[in-house]
Amino acid sequence: MTQTADIDPITLAVLAGRMEQIADEMDATLFRAAFNPIIAEAHDASHGLYHALSGDTLVQGKSGLPIFVGVMSFAVKAVIDKAAEHGEVHDGDIYIFNDAHLGGTHLSDMRLVRPYFRDGQLFCYLASVGHWHDVGGAVPGNYNPAATDAFQEAFVLPPVRLARGGQVNTDIIDILMRNTRLPQSAMGDLNGQLGALDLGVRRMDELLDEYGTDTVSAALDALGHRAEALMRAELTALPDGRWEAVDFLDNDGITDVALPIKVALEIKGDTMVLDFDGTAPRCAGPVNIALPTAVATAYVAIKHIFPALPANAGVMRPIKVRIPEGSLLSAEFPAPVGGYTETILRMIDVIFAAAGQAAPDRVVANAYGTINALSIAGKRKNGQPWVMFSFYGGGHGGSPEGDGLNHGNAPISTATIPPLEILEAAYPVMFRQWALRPDSAGAGAHRGGLGAVYEIEVLEENGAEAFLFGERGHFAPKGAAGGGEAAMNVFSYEQADGWHHPPLASKMRGIKLVQGQAVRLETPGGGGYGAASLRDPKAVARDVALGLISADEADKAYGTAWKGAQA
Amino acid sequence: MERGAGMSMQKTAGRMIGVDVGGTFTDVFVLDEAAGTATVAKVPTTRPDQSGGFLDGIGRQVSDLSSVAVVVHGTTAGTNALLERKGAKIGVITTAGLRDVLEMRRRDRPRTWGLRGDFTPVVPRDLRLEVPERTLADGAIRVPVDLDAVRAAARTLQDQGCAAVAVMFANAYANPANEAAAVAAIREIWPNSHVSASSEILPEIREFERFSTTALNAYLQPEVSGYLDRLENALKQGGFGGEFMIVQSNGGVMAVDTACRLPVRTALSGPAAGVIAAAYIAQMAGFPDVITGDMGGTSFDVSLIAGGKSMLSPQTSIDFGMVVRSPMIEITTIGAGGGSIAWVDKGGLLMIGPESAGSNPGPVAYGLGNTRPTVTDANVVLGRIDPDNPIGGKLTRLDVDAAAKAIDQHAGQPLGLDTLAAAEAILRVANSRMAGAIRLVSIERGFDPKRFAFMPFGGGGALHSGAMLADVGLARAIVPRYPGVTSAMGCVIADMRQDFVQTVNAMVDGLEEASLAAFMQSHMDQGLAMLDAAQTRFEARDTAFELDMAYVGQTHTVAVPLPVTITDGRVIAPTRAQIAEAFDAAYKATYGRLLPKGARRVMNLRSAVTGRRPKFDLATLAPRSTGTPEDARKGERKVHFGDRWHDTAIYNRLDLPVGAVIHGPAILEQPDTTVLIEPDLTGTVDAFGNTIITRQEN
Repeated sequence: MTQTADIDPITLAVLAGRMEQIADEMDATLFRAAFNPIIAEAHDASHGLYHALSGDTLVQGKSGLPIFVGVMSFAVKAVIDKAAEHGEVHDGDIYIFNDAHLGGTHLSDMRLVRPYFRDGQLFCYLASVGHWHDVGGAVPGNYNPAATDAFQEAFVLPPVRLARGGQVNTDIIDILMRNTRLPQSAMGDLNGQLGALDLGVRRMDELLDEYGTDTVSAALDALGHRAEALMRAELTALPDGRWEAVDFLDNDGITDVALPIKVALEIKGDTMVLDFDGTAPRCAGPVNIALPTAVATAYVAIKHIFPALPANAGVMRPIKVRIPEGSLLSAEFPAPVGGYTETILRMIDVIFAAAGQAAPDRVVANAYGTINALSIAGKRKNGQPWVMFSFYGGGHGGSPEGDGLNHGNAPISTATIPPLEILEAAYPVMFRQWALRPDSAGAGAHRGGLGAVYEIEVLEENGAEAFLFGERGHFAPKGAAGGGEAAMNVFSYEQADGWHHPPLASKMRGIKLVQGQAVRLETPGGGGYGAASLRDPKAVARDVALGLISADEADKAYGTAWKGAQA
Repeated sequence: MERGAGMSMQKTAGRMIGVDVGGTFTDVFVLDEAAGTATVAKVPTTRPDQSGGFLDGIGRQVSDLSSVAVVVHGTTAGTNALLERKGAKIGVITTAGLRDVLEMRRRDRPRTWGLRGDFTPVVPRDLRLEVPERTLADGAIRVPVDLDAVRAAARTLQDQGCAAVAVMFANAYANPANEAAAVAAIREIWPNSHVSASSEILPEIREFERFSTTALNAYLQPEVSGYLDRLENALKQGGFGGEFMIVQSNGGVMAVDTACRLPVRTALSGPAAGVIAAAYIAQMAGFPDVITGDMGGTSFDVSLIAGGKSMLSPQTSIDFGMVVRSPMIEITTIGAGGGSIAWVDKGGLLMIGPESAGSNPGPVAYGLGNTRPTVTDANVVLGRIDPDNPIGGKLTRLDVDAAAKAIDQHAGQPLGLDTLAAAEAILRVANSRMAGAIRLVSIERGFDPKRFAFMPFGGGGALHSGAMLADVGLARAIVPRYPGVTSAMGCVIADMRQDFVQTVNAMVDGLEEASLAAFMQSHMDQGLAMLDAAQTRFEARDTAFELDMAYVGQTHTVAVPLPVTITDGRVIAPTRAQIAEAFDAAYKATYGRLLPKGARRVMNLRSAVTGRRPKFDLATLAPRSTGTPEDARKGERKVHFGDRWHDTAIYNRLDLPVGAVIHGPAILEQPDTTVLIEPDLTGTVDAFGNTIITRQEN
C-alpha cells in the first residue's frame, strides 16, 4: 500500500463506517450460504481486510467470532510468506489452508486468503475463515480429547493455491472433499467462503472508484494510528504496576496432571506487557495452542476490558505479549491443538484476574471457562451415520454493575445454542433436562450467572458413542474483587450399573451408551464480584425464593441475614 | 341501539378514521370519501393510559361518531408494555425438565464485547411450573400429560395472583395433543379467558422462540385487551357503531377481538402502518420501489418496499432475550436521530450517537438543559431549521447561539474546525450512517438503489433526503404531503391480513401431500372465517402459501412460494414434484446454484389470508391551491450548504399548487416538517401533493 498524505477527519469517519460495512457484509453472506450450523447459526467465522505487506488487521467484521479478530492477521502473514516462496501473488490467486500452527486456532477452521489488486498493484488482502463441520481425523467433528499429534485431529492442509489467476484448481477441491466425513457440508461452506471473497472484491472496487486509492490508503493508515492512540489513552488512565495471576487447566486429556497458565501484567505509562512466563511446557494432549492463537487471545481479553476499541492491529502496538518458548502456548507442529478453546479461555481468565487487581472497576469475574464440546454419534437402523455436535453454555461473571448473565456463551465466541427441538428433530436423542443449575453461581455482592444442566438420553436402538472435551472439572471459575468461586463442571454418564464420571474429569472419548441411557452435563456458573457479605440480603432472599440457590448454600455463602429480608 | 338499517348503508360510505399513538403525539387521520375530504389532527399522547389522547384526537375532528364506519388503530401499547416491563403477572406450565427455557434463551449475550449485563425474564422462575408430559420430535407421545398435575399447577398460579397462564410443551408443534388437553383442563377452572398454548400461538419448531412468543403474548393479554376494551366501550358510548380494528406488525389489520387474543402481533403496529402508507403513496405516485426513512428523536428507521410490497422478517427481538416470532414488516433501526449526540472519541474520530438527547431535554437549541450538540443543532446552526418557528409547536424559538457554542466546544475545537465546518461535519457523518442503513437494506440484499426512491417521513427525515440521493445514489426522493401523519394514514389504507404457520419437517420425497393439503385448507378456512366475521367490505381476497425449505444439513431456509389452485373453496395442494421444482427455482434465485445431490426438506408451511380493503383516492389530499408558487413564497433566509451561505427561498409547502417546480436552494415549511431542497436539486409538486425531489438537469 502506498504511503499517502493526511486525510480529513470527516472523510475518515465516513470511510471507517463504509469499510466496516464491507467486512460485515462478507460475514452476512457466509452466514446465509453456509451449510453447517457451526457457521450458519453459531457464526464461527470471520472476514476482514488485511495489510498488503504485514498482514496486520485493517478492518474486521463485527459479527464474526471474537477470537478471529486477532488471529486472522497471522493467517494472512502465513500466506504472504508462502507467496514469497512462490515468487509473488497475482490477481485472482486464492490461498486455502487449515494449518493451525501457521494460522492459529485449530484445524477445523478453514482459511481462505485472497490478494486484492487495484490498477495492477497489490492493495490489501481479503480473508475468510470458517469452522467446517468435519475435516477428517480420528473423531467426527474433530474434538479428539486424546489426540497426541495434529494428524489424529484432522488432515493438515498448508497454504496452497485453490485458485491461480482466477482459475479454481478443482484438484484441490477433490483432495478436500475426500478428506471430510461430510463433503456436502464442506462444499457448501467452501462455496459460501468463495462467495464472500467475491463480494469483498466487488465492494472494494466500488469504494475505490468512489474515493480513490490514495484516500482509502490514507484512511486505513489513519485508522491504525487512531486505534493505537485510543489504546494508549486507556493504558495511561490505569495505574502503573505489575500484577500476577495463575490458574490451571485440569489436565491434557492424557494424564491427570494440572497445567498452570500464568501471567504477569505490567503497565508502564501508555504501554502494557503481558508475560506468560511460568506457564506449563508443551503437553502431550490437545490443550496446546500455537503462538498466533496466544497473541490473538491477549487481544480478545483486552477488547473485553476496553469494549469500545476498534478491531484493528493498531490496538496491539502499545502491548507486548511474551509467550515463553517451549510452553503449551507456543507449541510447534505437529503438537495437537484441537482443544485450543479451553486453553485460551484460561488465558482470558488470568488476564482478567491480573487486570482486576490493577483496575477492579474495569473487569468482570471469570465466566464458566469451558465450551464443553460434546458429540454423540452412532448409526441408525438403516445404517446412516449421525453426529450430534454442540457446545454448551454456562454462567458469566458478576460485574461492578450487576449479577452475571445466566447461561451465556463463551467470551471467545458469540455462538448461540441450537434449540433442543432442532436437535431432537435431527438426531435420535431426547433432552430429559435443559435447565439452570442451582447453586452453581459464585457468591458475591454481585453474584455470578448460573450454569446449566443438560441431560440427554439416546433414543436410537443401536445405541451411541459419546465424546466430551471440557474443562473446569478440577479448578473453579474465580471471583473478582473479593467475590467467590463458581461451581465446577460435572459430567456423568449412565451405564447398566448406574452413573459414572470420567477419570479425567471433563474429557472422555468413546463412551458406549445403549438405548435409554443418558449423559448429563452440569456446567459451571460465573464467579462472584465483590465480597458476599456486601450482597443485599433481599437479593439473596429473592434468589432462594426463585430456587437459584438453596437455603443451605445461601446460609453458607451469605450468612443468615437473608432470612429476615423480604424477597 | 335504535339505529335502523339505513345506518348500515351509510356506514360503508361513512368516514374512516386512522389513529396512531406515538411516544409524543397522537395522530388522527379522518377520511370522508363521500365529501372527498381528509383532515388530520395532532394531540399530545396521554400516559400511562393512551385512551385519553386517542378519544381527544378523534373528538377534535368528529363530533358524531355514528357517522364513522371504521376506526383503525396503530398502537404502541404492546411495545411499551414490553419495553417498560409493564405487562401482567403471569404463570407458565411446562414440560418436566424444561422450566428454564425462557430464562436460558438461545445462550446469547447482550453485547459481543464487555461481558456485562444480565437478563430477567417476564415470568419469574417460581411462576414457571413443570408437569409430567413429553412428546417426541416425531409427534409420538412418550408421556401422556398428567392433568391432575396441570390443574394443581394452575391453582397454584391462580393463588399466586397470575392474571394469565401459558402452556408450553416440548415438540408441541409436531403434536399439540398434550397441550390441547392441558389448556382444556385449565380453561374449566381459570377465572378469565387468558389461557393459551404455545401450539395455538405459534405451531413452529424451536422451543425458545415459540415459548417466548407465547409468554410475551400472555404477558400482554390482560393489559392490551383491557386498553382496547376501554377504547371500544368509549367509542360505542360516543355512538360509534362501526368496526374497530388494530394494525398488526405484518402491516395488515385485524379485528379487535383477534388483537385481544394475539396482542403480541401488535409489537410493531405503529411503524408498520407508516410503511404501508408509504408503499401506497409511492405506488400511486408511480414509484413502486421505495426505501422509507423515518427519522425520530433517537433513531432512524429504514424499510424497503420492492414492487409495491414491503419485506417481512420472521421475528424480532423487542429487547435482549425478548423474542417475538411472527411475520413483521422488516424495519432496520440505527441510533441516528435528530437528538443523537455528536462527540469526538479519544482517537480523534467524530461519532454520532448512540447516546441521544431524545425529545426531552432534546437538542441544545431547545434550551431544556442539554449541553451536548445533536444532529438537530447542526441543522439549526446551518439555517436549515427556522429558529423562530420550530416544528411541533411546543417551543416558541430555538437558541441558535447555544447550539453553536456546543458544536464549537464538543466538535469544532477537538477537530480543529470552525463552527460551520463542524456543523457540516456532524451532518456528513450522520448522513453517512443513515446512508449505511439504506445500503444495508438495499445493496446488501441484492437491490440496486438506483431503482429506488427515498421517502422520508417523521419530522426530520426530509432535511436529509438530498444527502441520501448523493450518498447512496438513489434516483429521487418523494416527500409525502403529510409526512408527520403517515402512520395514521396507513391505518386507513392497510388490508386485513392473517398469517399462519405450521412446522411440517419432512423430506420432499417422503412428504404426505394430503396432510400438507389439510394444513393449507385449515389455514385458509380460519383466515377466511376471520374475514367473514369482519363488517368491512373487501374488494378482493387472496390466499398465499409459502414453504420454508432447505437442503438437508442446511440451517437457513429459503421461502418458496407455492403455486396453488383453489377450486370451490378447496385447496388443491401441489405435488412433491411441483414442490421440488418450486424449491429449485427459489434456491437458485437466492444462491445462484443448486446442489445436484442435495436432499430437499420442507420445514414450515406459511399461509397468509388477505382481504383487500378499498383504497381511498390520494387525490383527496392534493392541494386545492390555484395560485402560483410565488404566492406560497413567504420569505428568504441564509442557509449554509457546503462551504458557504446561500440566499434561500422559503415556501409554505401546503400552499404550493400541483405542478409547482422549485429549484434549490429552497426550504418548504409546513407545521410539522421542514423539506430541504439543496442547491443542485429540484422539487416538483405532483398531482397528489407529494414533493418529488430530483437532481437538476444540467
